[in-house]
Amino acid sequence: MRILLIDDEVELVSTLAERLSFRGIEADWATSGREALEKVAEASYDIAVVDIKMPRIGGIELKRMMAEKYPHMKFIFMTGHGSEEDFRTGSEEAGAAYYLVKPVDIEELMKKLNEVLKR
Amino acid sequence: MDGKWDIIGNEGFEFMGKMNASISHEVKNVLAIINENAGLLEDFTLMAEKGMAIDPERLKGLAGKIQLQVRRADRIIRNMNTFAHSVDETRSKVDLGEVVAFMAALSDRLASMKGIALEVTPPSRPIMITTSPFLVENIIWRCLDFAMAVAGPGKTVVLTADKDDRGARITFSRLEALSHASSPTQFPLDVENALAESLGGQIVVNEGAGEIVLGLPEAVD
Repeated sequence: MRILLIDDEVELVSTLAERLSFRGIEADWATSGREALEKVAEASYDIAVVDIKMPRIGGIELKRMMAEKYPHMKFIFMTGHGSEEDFRTGSEEAGAAYYLVKPVDIEELMKKLNEVLKR
Repeated sequence: MDGKWDIIGNEGFEFMGKMNASISHEVKNVLAIINENAGLLEDFTLMAEKGMAIDPERLKGLAGKIQLQVRRADRIIRNMNTFAHSVDETRSKVDLGEVVAFMAALSDRLASMKGIALEVTPPSRPIMITTSPFLVENIIWRCLDFAMAVAGPGKTVVLTADKDDRGARITFSRLEALSHASSPTQFPLDVENALAESLGGQIVVNEGAGEIVLGLPEAVD
């Protein structure tokens, strides 16, 4: 399984990627929508874990851009808010089961990664 | 049209909500980073229990990163506290330079989400005015929000506070796009006019200079 973590907080995605690598998952990270688009153009990813609220290209827009170009990719959304609006948008885009509220529980993320891959 | 104080009251709630949502989002990010660093420490502990060698420098680095985030959270919470206390008094003496710097700090995340950088030109000396601290913060936000919409992603909005004949003024500059046909228009609206009137001030949009100037009296009536 190869995944791409996308969040504008570099320390969050880099640490999360390292922790996932200890669990046998190959994880890359990007800190902006633009960087994420460059990465998916260079390598193939099974799943992108995307923060909903990011500068410039937001998570929802980014998901749509990536899904259009790479239809095999699956998505999990992260959000800091857990607000009704974020939940509604995230659920519509990825399904209610594939939406995580920060701080992220790594075991919960692992579970969702495995579930979404089987979907 | 609603009365002036109805407009100001509704806007005040919206402003308070917007700032609190932004602050809570930033705090959540800090907590998420601390959570991952603590999780990484836990992972290292489990590895050490299985006999793997862990570099003490990595542990020291992680502790340092957690401390850094705690300091970041402390800054955010201090700003939140200052913001919350700005409603304590309807009139008080404030340093407008400090208020502008504070509002830029409070709005920094919202600006960053729009891909905009904020730059504050610090005044050479304190600019003391007697005013309503909360309403001043609110009108600065309204002007800044409009300025950011005009500037667009990738641009910098400069905020400068200085003294003038009537009292003081805040200039929002580098808004060259003000003169573009595609630029947002209709400013100031009822909300900004109501806030400006209650503060005894006025807003002037200078398209040619690419500036919005908010004038405020030395003391509000």
